[in-house]
Amino acid sequence: MAQITFDNLAHSYLPAPKADADWALKPMSLTWRDGGAYALLGSSGCGKTTLLNIISGLLHPSRGRVLFGDRNVTDLSTAERNIAQVFQFPVVYDTMSVRENLAFPLKNRGMPADQIAARVDAVARMIGMTDTLDRRARGLTADAKQKISLGRGMVRQDVNAILFDEPLTVIDPQMKWELRTQLKALHREFGHTMIYVTHDQTEALTFADEVVVMSEGRVVQAGTPQSLFDAPAHTFVGYFIGSPGMNLLDAEIQGTTARIAGTTIPLAAPYAPPKGRVQIGIRPDAVRPASEGLPFRLIRTEDVGHHRILRGEVAGAPFNLVVPEDQPIPAAFDRVALDPARIGVFVDDWRIEPLERAA
Amino acid sequence: MDKPVNNRAWFLVLPVLVLVAFSAVIPLMTVVNYSVQDTFGNNQFFWNGLGWFQEVLESDRIHAALGRQLLFSAIILAIEIPLGIFIALNMPKRGFWASLVLVLMALPLLIPWNVVGTIWQVFGRVDIGLLGHTLAALGIDYNYVNDPVDAWATIIVMDVWHWTSLVALLCYAGLQSIPDAYYQAARIDQASRWGVFRYIELPKMSGVLLIAVLLRFMDSFMIYTEPFVVTGGGPGNATTFLSIDLVKMAIGQFDLGPAAAFSLIYFLVILLISWVFYTVMTAQRDRT
Amino acid sequence: MTLELRGVTKQVAGQDWIHPTDLVLAPGSMNVLLGPTLSGKTTLMRLMAGLDQPTTGQIHWQGQDVTGQRVQDRGVAMVYQQFINYPSMTVYDNIASPLRLQRVARAEIDRRVRETAAMMRLTPMLDRRPLELSGGQQQRTALARALVKGAGLVLLDEPLANLDYKLREELRAEIPRIFEASGAIFVYATTEPEEALLLGGHTATLWQGRVTQFGPTPQVYRRPQDAVTARVFSDPPMNFKPVQVSGGEAILDSARWLVDVPDGRYLAGFRAPHLTLEPGAGTLGLSARLDATEITGAETYLHLRHGDDRWVGLVPGVRDLSAGAALTVWLDPAHVYLFDEGGRLARAAPYAQAA
Repeated sequence: MAQITFDNLAHSYLPAPKADADWALKPMSLTWRDGGAYALLGSSGCGKTTLLNIISGLLHPSRGRVLFGDRNVTDLSTAERNIAQVFQFPVVYDTMSVRENLAFPLKNRGMPADQIAARVDAVARMIGMTDTLDRRARGLTADAKQKISLGRGMVRQDVNAILFDEPLTVIDPQMKWELRTQLKALHREFGHTMIYVTHDQTEALTFADEVVVMSEGRVVQAGTPQSLFDAPAHTFVGYFIGSPGMNLLDAEIQGTTARIAGTTIPLAAPYAPPKGRVQIGIRPDAVRPASEGLPFRLIRTEDVGHHRILRGEVAGAPFNLVVPEDQPIPAAFDRVALDPARIGVFVDDWRIEPLERAA
Repeated sequence: MDKPVNNRAWFLVLPVLVLVAFSAVIPLMTVVNYSVQDTFGNNQFFWNGLGWFQEVLESDRIHAALGRQLLFSAIILAIEIPLGIFIALNMPKRGFWASLVLVLMALPLLIPWNVVGTIWQVFGRVDIGLLGHTLAALGIDYNYVNDPVDAWATIIVMDVWHWTSLVALLCYAGLQSIPDAYYQAARIDQASRWGVFRYIELPKMSGVLLIAVLLRFMDSFMIYTEPFVVTGGGPGNATTFLSIDLVKMAIGQFDLGPAAAFSLIYFLVILLISWVFYTVMTAQRDRT
Repeated sequence: MTLELRGVTKQVAGQDWIHPTDLVLAPGSMNVLLGPTLSGKTTLMRLMAGLDQPTTGQIHWQGQDVTGQRVQDRGVAMVYQQFINYPSMTVYDNIASPLRLQRVARAEIDRRVRETAAMMRLTPMLDRRPLELSGGQQQRTALARALVKGAGLVLLDEPLANLDYKLREELRAEIPRIFEASGAIFVYATTEPEEALLLGGHTATLWQGRVTQFGPTPQVYRRPQDAVTARVFSDPPMNFKPVQVSGGEAILDSARWLVDVPDGRYLAGFRAPHLTLEPGAGTLGLSARLDATEITGAETYLHLRHGDDRWVGLVPGVRDLSAGAALTVWLDPAHVYLFDEGGRLARAAPYAQAA
């Protein structure tokens, strides 16, 4: 097990990339801590699978180096890197039994039969397939096949990292809970470095200690789920994390106030006069219906069970509120109040810090 | 999932049923008719029961032809199936070269049977053929007209040249349907090349392989044109396969009754062996 | 325009795929079929569309029996999980294709295609081909093709399942708007309770080929008729615990609360967000062991073990709790449902009755 480092890494699928858009992965340097649980979050086509395949060695980067600890593994094959990977769609060896499937990676590495048997039994218990060990893999449900894939990913204990490429896509919602909990438990127990690629924010935030958000081949932010939620570094993170995403409004900032479409609201701290496109961002749960504040036009109310989403507009821009189940909504209201402490200021999409923190 | 039942749909199938009746059922019944009768010409027929069948089944000449035929099909399958798989595994997967190789592979399949025969008949001639002449120049005593072994070798090489492409193309189609993730997973599991073949490629190819084996068996078991053009069944009876013998009997000797009985037995043998192949291979596939 | 299923069943190879089902879908209504994979959602939809014939029972459309009628003769549109478009045609031609089949006049086609494209926000992409579009745009094209026909019945079979989470969220917010503009009966199959809630309208919960409940979505959510419905309509899964009621008091561990049901054994059920870490007025304290926590940024999921039962709690904020620790969670009895031994609802959670 080792720390994984990207040294000025970049990748393009074209032989001679020129324009910025030709790069599937823009130059980046990044460190993955040994034993960390990471999620790589982004929409499809943002380069997250490319990045994963570079770690596992299925893909050779156009530029830069990959290090495991101090060792340069850029030119090493997948097998030499000692990595486990689970794919989006189940990959099982149809003609083998479940037991043989789980034993396959160990057998290929020449592990003694009694040790293999012990390991396979342990993994079968983890994925809850002890009863079906001797069934043939062909003809099992997609759920079961994906559990075998997960099991094969976890059967080797000496791996440098376990990579997951959207592994729960084909799993039913109820089962997702169970498998995710098990993955977390395994991480706690064995301390493998785990990197989990997903477009699903819930999966990313709940699985990882640290979430790496990608957009258009770039890492826009890496941080704890809480920091991504509370202080997104980029408007993309604000939009992508949270459901619904962060509300963004064009604003003029003057010291400790923001002016939005003619209405002035207070900020928690003073900001230097910014240049460029200035926006304020606020989470839907930090806004409440009020009799004064920003003018708001309500379009639709959605009852989502333990809270309600109020969808509407502020100054022509979409604006959402989240109100808890047990909190009444005033019959008619046309203003919303924003919690100053939770307003973020963005210039040309990047978050800026206030001049000083308000006490 | 079932569909709404509509009996009018049968009318749509009617033209095909009529066509099949004319092209298969009626000629077959004619053969059945000949096989149980005897004639001395003048379109006068006598009932002969199963006499011809008995005669054919006891004929040493036909037993010998059947033996040659089985040996020939066995050799063809033993060469073409593994060779076809091997070629398919080594064909480029995509890009310009993939298209080029596909076209090249398909070429032999587009040549008419009798032309294939003629090509190899000329190719193998010691006096003017490139192959025959070269072998002779190298001091190898090769003459498919006189030597039974040379005649067999020529016909087998010719069939391999003609038909291995079919097996390769079918296997190639099977291989193309395997998602990349399988190969990636195998690399991560550190599977050997043999492991990848045994546990990923072969199971995914099993469907098309079944078709390839059936087609190659039936075709080789019925082979007629090429050996007829190249060797005419000789030297002696060395390459007289069942169909050549059948034609000799029916047209050469004009023994219509025995030939008809022979045809029916031939037909049933092909049906039986194909059925056995199919059953064994599907059972094998379902078990694995 | 009403769609009515009367005693519809479906058997395939001797197995019951759909148990006897009666359903009335009101004109211009949004109807969600909610259930896990293989619970019969797609089968039921195919029966509604006429792609399959019911084994018994009839399907009535606008009061007429259409049970044996061909799909082509019914005004039905269907959208699948996979984005199905004609790859060689432009978005415009894709949307126009059903109208061309109906031999609608050229000017009318143009008008309707542009109108539908505007509603689906596809106007800038009309000249592109489907494969040049994002997944969300492809699925919107498929939706537009289904809507342009003006079909009275639009069936959507997990239409967002293959989309990215964020795109799904956006389209999900748009579908109610599109539905309101179309005036058709929408039937929408999904495995996700949250999706059903967001879409509103009516929900039918399905479990093993049986419609367990059908009614206005919030009502099915807050007043499930039985434990099965409650389980289907909860994500995270509903927490359950057997309790004993004697003398008008329910007893769970050392906690007791008043209930107006006869004495006996019951199954108590409550949803994840109703477990809290701080006591409130009248809450019951329950001791459990913490298996794991999951942080979503704004909230924390608690994976708990209470005896042999697994529970999930959802609390606001980020909580730093160590796994394996024993802790007390609090539950307001107003949030507890009681199901009898047959699984039928014996007592709705009092908070839901007030709502």
